Amino acid sequence: MQPQIRRVGVLLIVLMLLVFANLNYVQIFAAEGIAENPANYRALLAEAAIKRGTIVTADGVTLARSVETNQDLKYRRVYPEGELYGPITGYYNLINGTRAGIENAYNEQLLGDSGVLTMQDFEDRFLESGAQGDDVQLTIDSRLQELASSSLGQQNGAVVALDPNSGDVRAMWGFPSYDPNPLSSYDKKEALDYHATLEPRAPDSPLIGKVARRLYPPGSTFKVITTAAALESGEYRPDSTFPDPDSIDLPLTDQGLTNFTKTSCQGGGQIDLFTALQISCDTTFALIGLQIPGELKDTAEDFGFNSPIPFDLTTDTSTFPDIPDDEEPLRAYAGIGQGDVAATPLQMALVAAAVANGGQVPRPRIVKEVIDPRGGVVERYSPETIGRVMTSEHAEDVKDMMLAVVQSDSGTGTAAQIPGVEVAGKTGTAQSAEGAAPHAWFIAFAPANDPQIAVAVLVENGGSVGSEATGGAVAAPIAKAIIERDRELRGW
Amino acid sequence: MQATARRNIELSLLILALIVGAGAMALVALARDSEDVVEIAPYLVVLSVVYVAAHIAMRKLAKQGDHMILPLTAVLNILGLSAVYRLDASQYGPSQLTWTILGVALFVGTLAVVRDFRILARFKYILGFVGVGLLLLPLAPGIGATINGARLWVRAGPLSFQPGELAKLCLVIFFAAYLAERKELLAIASRRVAGLHFPDIKHFGPLLVMWGISLSVMFFEKDLGSSLLFFSIFIVMLYMATARIAYVVVGGGLFAVGAMIGYTVFTHVQDRVSVWFNVFDPKLVNDEGFQLAQSLFALATGGLFGTGLGQGQPQRIPEAHTDFIFSVIGEELGLVGTTAVLLCFILLIARGLRAALQSRDDFGQLLAAGLISIFALQSFIILGGVTRLLPLTGITLPFMSYGGSSLLSNYILMALLVRISDQTTSEPDPAHTAEILVGGRR
Repeated sequence: MQPQIRRVGVLLIVLMLLVFANLNYVQIFAAEGIAENPANYRALLAEAAIKRGTIVTADGVTLARSVETNQDLKYRRVYPEGELYGPITGYYNLINGTRAGIENAYNEQLLGDSGVLTMQDFEDRFLESGAQGDDVQLTIDSRLQELASSSLGQQNGAVVALDPNSGDVRAMWGFPSYDPNPLSSYDKKEALDYHATLEPRAPDSPLIGKVARRLYPPGSTFKVITTAAALESGEYRPDSTFPDPDSIDLPLTDQGLTNFTKTSCQGGGQIDLFTALQISCDTTFALIGLQIPGELKDTAEDFGFNSPIPFDLTTDTSTFPDIPDDEEPLRAYAGIGQGDVAATPLQMALVAAAVANGGQVPRPRIVKEVIDPRGGVVERYSPETIGRVMTSEHAEDVKDMMLAVVQSDSGTGTAAQIPGVEVAGKTGTAQSAEGAAPHAWFIAFAPANDPQIAVAVLVENGGSVGSEATGGAVAAPIAKAIIERDRELRGW
Repeated sequence: MQATARRNIELSLLILALIVGAGAMALVALARDSEDVVEIAPYLVVLSVVYVAAHIAMRKLAKQGDHMILPLTAVLNILGLSAVYRLDASQYGPSQLTWTILGVALFVGTLAVVRDFRILARFKYILGFVGVGLLLLPLAPGIGATINGARLWVRAGPLSFQPGELAKLCLVIFFAAYLAERKELLAIASRRVAGLHFPDIKHFGPLLVMWGISLSVMFFEKDLGSSLLFFSIFIVMLYMATARIAYVVVGGGLFAVGAMIGYTVFTHVQDRVSVWFNVFDPKLVNDEGFQLAQSLFALATGGLFGTGLGQGQPQRIPEAHTDFIFSVIGEELGLVGTTAVLLCFILLIARGLRAALQSRDDFGQLLAAGLISIFALQSFIILGGVTRLLPLTGITLPFMSYGGSSLLSNYILMALLVRISDQTTSEPDPAHTAEILVGGRR
């Protein structure tokens, strides 16, 4: 019987060795993948044991930090400023594994897992001082952010201000916003209940940051792009003249395109391009839209339409439609930023910034630096541009026209005038839905000779003024306040 | 080897096992609260007394018995105990200590009562009936109880036990005696089919009977693990007795048929299999697959060196103290710890095989080989289950899982192996010449 017993014995030992081989797989080779499964509470515990880095503004205000809980999950996230920075900081829900905003985009850095092994990591390991993540410093200035929020008040809308030279976003506010604190709660029910009040499936949910992720018809602010396209096409100059009718007949329809005032812009004779932008004459830009549809689309795309804007936070892509030949009226509407043209407030701020920046679109930034717990800079971001949209000469021409919009008494943006500061801007009063009050827009930059700040303001459906609203009346004063405050803060 | 030398080695290994165990217990207590270290003192005293007493008893009762079996069981038992204590110091810990004392007492008791293992062969039919009876006892109305979906418990007042654990011993003794007697008969091959020597059809009778019993365990007690275990041990022993691969082939076929029937009839079998394939499926991972997933998370978190005893989160595995005790070791002692435990199991299996191979009589060989095979197979089924090598079936890990029935019957099993090895070495060898004369030993 010994041979059979030996064979069985070998089999039994082999079975045990199979277990050993499998243990090597589970505990070593596949271990990381298995342990990272979101259903593994141990991974939660491990992540909660890391003191996540703080998120601070450029002027040192703490927006998000980790505090000890004295419980199983060692740290939890607190957002001292709450709603004011909701879509910027985003939230960090460890239990559900959901994150948003900077908490999501810079998760690895905040966890101290940026792949760069620093001396701090070794210290953490050997001194068991506990793992600590890197801090993220934003370009946002808390004082400008507060002003953006207070100027918009209870009106639904968005305000964004950035430095046209560096692309640093200095304020970024949309109303309504949300409070990241309950969304980051370890109390599952609290997080879910609050999440439900934000109507996460609605297109206008506060969870969706308005500045970078909501698309609106840009209306007349888009005329800056139409102007740039006209100049770049080589067929027009600022003094090129156009007919000045009450309305223009659109091919293929029995409806005409009427000016905002329902009359001609300048008495019915001729109107030049410069004046047309200054007083926002719709018919002129509708004509340009019909004349140079290809150039208009190309220029809009150069400004950032139809492709995602590179940014630290999630953005939605502004759209300029592909207009088929049998939809010619849409070309006219595209020329005045209506029809199927849609843009985010961030995109329109970049339009102002590009004109301010001599025709170069700056790459927007909201993160300035990533700093390790000992104060060493892990990552620092330098200014970049997305691309050139027009020659600096043409940018100069457009700047002059935008200056006239604000500085000349017949311009539509006089409400943004600031004594001693040359403000360049463009108003917009954009039709949204049938019967709804128009959206009020204003884009601007200042000072014109050495631009320091570019702004886009959007007030949905006329805000507190309703159907009587225009961009000049509702949005321009907000832009003015931002520019004044930035001047105070930075002393330019 | 001299009997005293053997016993001295045993004593030193036992002291080593106690030191390892004391270290494990101390770490567990320290991790919770340094004040608790005092609490483990009675454990260490009791364990030392119990194992040293067992050693002294072996010096009297089994002078020439295998000297590694007791230290190996001790180290596995104490490691298991410290893991159980780590999971629940107030209830399971003390209770497992009590079972350990009773288990070692039974080990000594078995050695004292069974002075000659051959006596067991005389009771083979009684043991066979008792075994089958025990196996089916949980089905008896009034005393049978269903725990965690399987009806394999018997409850009498406050006590409950798994008769299946004792049944396996009775059945292995019965198989060994029965097969030792009939092996020549069963080995006669009357036909050749596809290159295999096939015994006469009537000799497949016992195989079919055993298949029927296994199927009823599966059907009525919903206990896949035991069903698998009993049937495979019978095939293994039949093969060892007869050297006829034909039995293995036919047995394997019957097994496959049984598995197919089980899979078709029982949804819980289908669940087990789908969990085995897709444990990390988001639909399963927090539901049917929760237990296995938690086990794998524990093992994966443990990595090479583990979190350290008392430092992990093994309490997140449901029923960690019974079927999943190995995953607790895996999380807190890492691959290093699981490998050490696995080596102890392999060494124990090797000692059992050695006892079988050295025994000079058919019954002794078959008994030792059968006992160590059922021990090894049971260990493999549950180790494979918790590491996702096999579909999970709930049976205990010998010496490590919490539970009295398992501990007691495995101590009896080890006592029998010690007895066989002792008799092989200590008895003068009159049988030797006799066996050569009748050609009984191959």
